[in-house]
Amino acid sequence: MIDLSLLPDGGMSWLDASGPKGSIVLSTRIRLARNLEGYAFSQRARDSDRTSILTRVEEAVAASDQLGGGVGFRLDQMERGDRQLLHERHLVSKELAGLDREARPRPGAALLVQGPIGVMVNEEDHLRLNGLRSGFALEEAYANLEAADGELGRLLPFAFHAEFGYLTSCPTNAGTGLRASVLIHLPGLVLTKEIGKVLQGLSQVGLTFRGLYGEGSEVVGNFFQLSNQTTLGKSEEELLDHLGKIVRQVIEYEEQAREILLREATTIVADKVWRAYGTLRHARTLTFEETMNLLSGVRLGAGLNLIPGLSVYTLNKLLIFTQPAHLATSEGRSIGDPELPTVRATYVRRVLDAEAG
Amino acid sequence: MVCDSCKERDAVINLTQVEHDSKVTLHLCEQCAQDKGVETGVAVLKSPLGGFITAMGKGGASLLPTPADGLRCPSCGATLKDFRETGRLGCAECYGAFITHLRDLLRRLHGSSQHVGERYTPPGEEGTDPRHRLLDLKDQLRRAVENENFELAADLRDRIRVLE
Repeated sequence: MIDLSLLPDGGMSWLDASGPKGSIVLSTRIRLARNLEGYAFSQRARDSDRTSILTRVEEAVAASDQLGGGVGFRLDQMERGDRQLLHERHLVSKELAGLDREARPRPGAALLVQGPIGVMVNEEDHLRLNGLRSGFALEEAYANLEAADGELGRLLPFAFHAEFGYLTSCPTNAGTGLRASVLIHLPGLVLTKEIGKVLQGLSQVGLTFRGLYGEGSEVVGNFFQLSNQTTLGKSEEELLDHLGKIVRQVIEYEEQAREILLREATTIVADKVWRAYGTLRHARTLTFEETMNLLSGVRLGAGLNLIPGLSVYTLNKLLIFTQPAHLATSEGRSIGDPELPTVRATYVRRVLDAEAG
Repeated sequence: MVCDSCKERDAVINLTQVEHDSKVTLHLCEQCAQDKGVETGVAVLKSPLGGFITAMGKGGASLLPTPADGLRCPSCGATLKDFRETGRLGCAECYGAFITHLRDLLRRLHGSSQHVGERYTPPGEEGTDPRHRLLDLKDQLRRAVENENFELAADLRDRIRVLE
């Protein structure tokens, strides 16, 4: 089993709810897609190319001030459970971890982590640099990332075109290669049924939304990832500025919706929150989706100070630790699908009993 | 492949038609295709729908005439057809090989094909970062060993030691 304790905070400081607007925004993530000149893109590259790319990236990372001294994981040499653990922790994509049915990680698939920055190697692009921050913190996330990218770009030759910018395997990422995502919890807008309008508005201003695990994942527990749709034709600053402005607006709408709920539906909201909390504290079986939805209700309650003694951080951690690979790790054994809901419910009860007494 | 109609010129278009519940594929040269009232692949790819649907790999484009292996990247060998099927390009050189098609697609995807973000300066062009020289030497060393050029490898190893 892999040792995630090698990572400071297990790579989860982004969950600690310490960042700006932490009760509404879980995390801010920015990624830059980069490819090395002289090699075919990951999908078409030969295995020897992929391992050569990894060696070159490892050497550059070791020589870098921003990224040196970090931790590395070879996904292609890890058991499925460990790969899934990294994915559940939002440190690697499903593609890099090779978790799709009958998929395997590509030879040379790796994750290099230093502080808030992670570099996925041999993903859809040769390099995917990720900057992750707690709360709503676009500028902070980009500051680290830009420095790391600049350094790597001086040590490795990136594929770049005067007209098209950074060249990527999929043209939807070309140009800046930058995708910024804000993971945001919007129960207020869902309960007041305003969410449809907000999401519709997003596409009109060039933004897109996805579920908790990014591309292709469903929306559960009222968690949405809002991100820029286009990557070319605007500068990095313009893209971030635009996303920031819209997210600020969405946060305002959510705050207004919560105020309205508290003012005009006090009992209904309190009842929903406490019912969710009661179920989490006493249920004997919990599916993943039900857990997400209940945590969403309780998280709203914690944000509105309806449930004393319960921190948003605990709830954020539960989002991650109630997933299959994390439950298996905490139990120290593999858990079959039929058994999972029971193990999950036991785990949730234990955490909430310890936290809230 | 020779054109199914005139049996003379090279076929550049695969025309798939559905007749009486069965699919028939004709391989046609550009001229015979035009004679049959079919737009050439190049013209269809320029239409907003053709390029977009095919590039996004959503299917539904099988009835559109497609250029049969017309464009091939000289560097990685990927064809426009590969791109249409996977939605992924083969390598950085593909952008140059399929430039007209891609410029068009990028404009539709992003509203522009002109990068205005950070300008990238490749290593070596902005002066000499000793760390870059070191990595470059290590890369050369690896290749020398792979090619069993041990004399060069020994020389490179000495130069790396000095830098380190």
